[in-house]
Amino acid sequence: MFTSVDDVTARLAETGYLASPAVATTVFLAARLGKPLLVEGPAGVGKTELAKAVAAISDARLIRLQCYEGVDESRALYEWNHAKQLLRITAGRDETWDQTRTDVFSEEFLLTRPLLAAIRGDDAKVLLIDEMDKADVEVEGLLLEVLSDFQVTVPELGTISATRRPFVVLTSNASRELSEALRRRCLFLHIGFPDEELERRIVALKVPELDAVLAESLVRVVGALRAMDLRKVPSVAETVDWARTLLALGADRLDEEVVRASLGVVLKHQEDVDRAAAKLELGAV
Amino acid sequence: MSTTGTAPSVADRVTSLVRALRAHGVRIGTGESVDAAQAVAALGLDNREHLREGLAAALLHDQGQRAVFDPVFELYFPRSVGAPEGPSGPPDRDGLRERLAEALAANDRAALARLAAEAVDAFGGYDANGWSSQQTLDRLRPQTLLAGIMAGIRSGGGQSGAFTDRIEADEVRRRIEEFREQVRGEARRRVAERRGTDEIARRMPVQTPDRTLFLYAGKEQLAELRRTVHPLARKLATRLAARRRRASRGHIDLRRTLRGSLSTGGVPMRPVLRRRRPARPELVLLCDVSGSVAGFANFTMLLVQALHDQFSKIRVFAFVNRIDEVTDLIAHGTADPEGLGARIAAEATLTGWHGSSDYGTALGEFVERYEAAVGPRTSVFVLGDARNNQQDPNLPALRRVARTARRVHWLNPEPRSQWDTGDSAAGVYGDVVDMYECRNARQLSALVGRLLPV
Repeated sequence: MFTSVDDVTARLAETGYLASPAVATTVFLAARLGKPLLVEGPAGVGKTELAKAVAAISDARLIRLQCYEGVDESRALYEWNHAKQLLRITAGRDETWDQTRTDVFSEEFLLTRPLLAAIRGDDAKVLLIDEMDKADVEVEGLLLEVLSDFQVTVPELGTISATRRPFVVLTSNASRELSEALRRRCLFLHIGFPDEELERRIVALKVPELDAVLAESLVRVVGALRAMDLRKVPSVAETVDWARTLLALGADRLDEEVVRASLGVVLKHQEDVDRAAAKLELGAV
Repeated sequence: MSTTGTAPSVADRVTSLVRALRAHGVRIGTGESVDAAQAVAALGLDNREHLREGLAAALLHDQGQRAVFDPVFELYFPRSVGAPEGPSGPPDRDGLRERLAEALAANDRAALARLAAEAVDAFGGYDANGWSSQQTLDRLRPQTLLAGIMAGIRSGGGQSGAFTDRIEADEVRRRIEEFREQVRGEARRRVAERRGTDEIARRMPVQTPDRTLFLYAGKEQLAELRRTVHPLARKLATRLAARRRRASRGHIDLRRTLRGSLSTGGVPMRPVLRRRRPARPELVLLCDVSGSVAGFANFTMLLVQALHDQFSKIRVFAFVNRIDEVTDLIAHGTADPEGLGARIAAEATLTGWHGSSDYGTALGEFVERYEAAVGPRTSVFVLGDARNNQQDPNLPALRRVARTARRVHWLNPEPRSQWDTGDSAAGVYGDVVDMYECRNARQLSALVGRLLPV
């Protein structure tokens, strides 16, 4: 899939995803070793984006399983189409029971859900299992077979194995500890906040109209905010938002006035705004 | 990588790295070791950073382990071997400080790493086979460079008056801290060359915030610990919600069961249970805030406050030898967690005749003044080391609280082995209520997740 780590970096950059060395190395290894990739990190650092970017550069179809509290087998794996089965049974009244039975449990009546869809078919696929930590613990057990052997067992049909392994990305916000069994099957990647240089390049890429000097001071202030003891520190998404705001405000340099007016874009809690204002000597906001 | 030839093979090095990580409590199975070896084979050895990230991806399972992994990796896959190259002359302290100041001002990471190596080489050596980071830093005193660097930036920089000036000092301070860490790593590497990597890697002190002992945490460590309050609270809240869900059993919800049975042709295959209306429990905290226990108490107060939406009512009481309610102080304390301890000491009446803790009197006063705070739906947590300074433990008061409350738990930040030594009354209190050892944030989160009422 990829020839080297640098190849990954270059091709991800083409789709507009600037990867740190850690991200590029882990993506390269996941593709090379054929293992799922577990991505953790704070909200808004581009965990989901990474899966989309990988799908884009490898010309693969992106299949997404959005996890939520109460997601279950019939939402994640497969489900029998009961209504259609009933119709089939009423339609064929003269058949013997054996015929009906084998017929009703065939592929035609199977509704594939993301996990099964990712395993079937010969085309390249990226399976994104988003916000794994939101799902219940039982779902993890369900995933183990899929993630280690890339197969799904449907009792009525038998075991379906992948002819071509999908590239699997799991994301988690760490709101719940994922089980050790799940973690062991994955390569682990933590995407933290980017360093100053990378973040500057991200801002330049996303908001190219912004003046370079202004972008630099913006990134430095965000760095300072992250070092403060805040309830919710600003993420990359917020940095980009702030850059867009400054552009809209027509600011050409960062000064007290501008920061005071736009601090709400990066900080989402009033107490955080107050604290940051005090630390940055802004006066009342 | 400049180490080839007689150096141990890569496979050996990976397995020793794994052994060292295991010695520090990172759980790594054989499967992961194989993955790590495959990762090395796929990545090659020519890019050290790629190698580090690849090994971390294969071996680690969560970000907390990175604090262990990085220094251990530095030992087994060092950037260089032996003394740094370059002209070796007599150590030139002032010259080095000058170059360090320049590198710090310019944020030149490569130069900082080089300077760390030079500094340890010049100032860190003691007797035949020791290298000390402490000694290096004492001689070099990088923290004293701050003022000079700031003055340099102010006078030299053309863009003075810019908004970013006010965060400049903090940035330089962070870089100095990074430099100190580099010096520590470098000293470890030099020692390891003389005395064997395995031994140094095993004995290397590694501290992650959740293992910091409450009783011995310094100011810095407590600050770091406080930063984990909100993520921890979020995690605990989901855990509590999950427990609450599981606890909902009982009556069948007929309407929803029949509705669900439509997909199975009217046969109710999955009974749906009626959700119990969550009656949110009440929580009362009694915290010893004297001396060394205060760090533990403050952390726990903040944690409980961060969990406040899980409970219908939280009341927090602080005591040394008199007790006073501090609920409001905590609620406002989230805006300024550092000053919490000071404000409690200033605004609440916690001491009477003397300044040492007296659990008996405090419990007695609690029963007398605030008994109404405890009811059959209240869970009470007592936080403290039960060191009573030989006073009367006043067991009847605690018994009375235990009788009224739904549950009473006692969290003790001392190691179990020290309970009942000296003036500790842990044993007698432990007979009345359940007492748990709670030495670090890891134990605390496990206990809170288990003991908090749902």
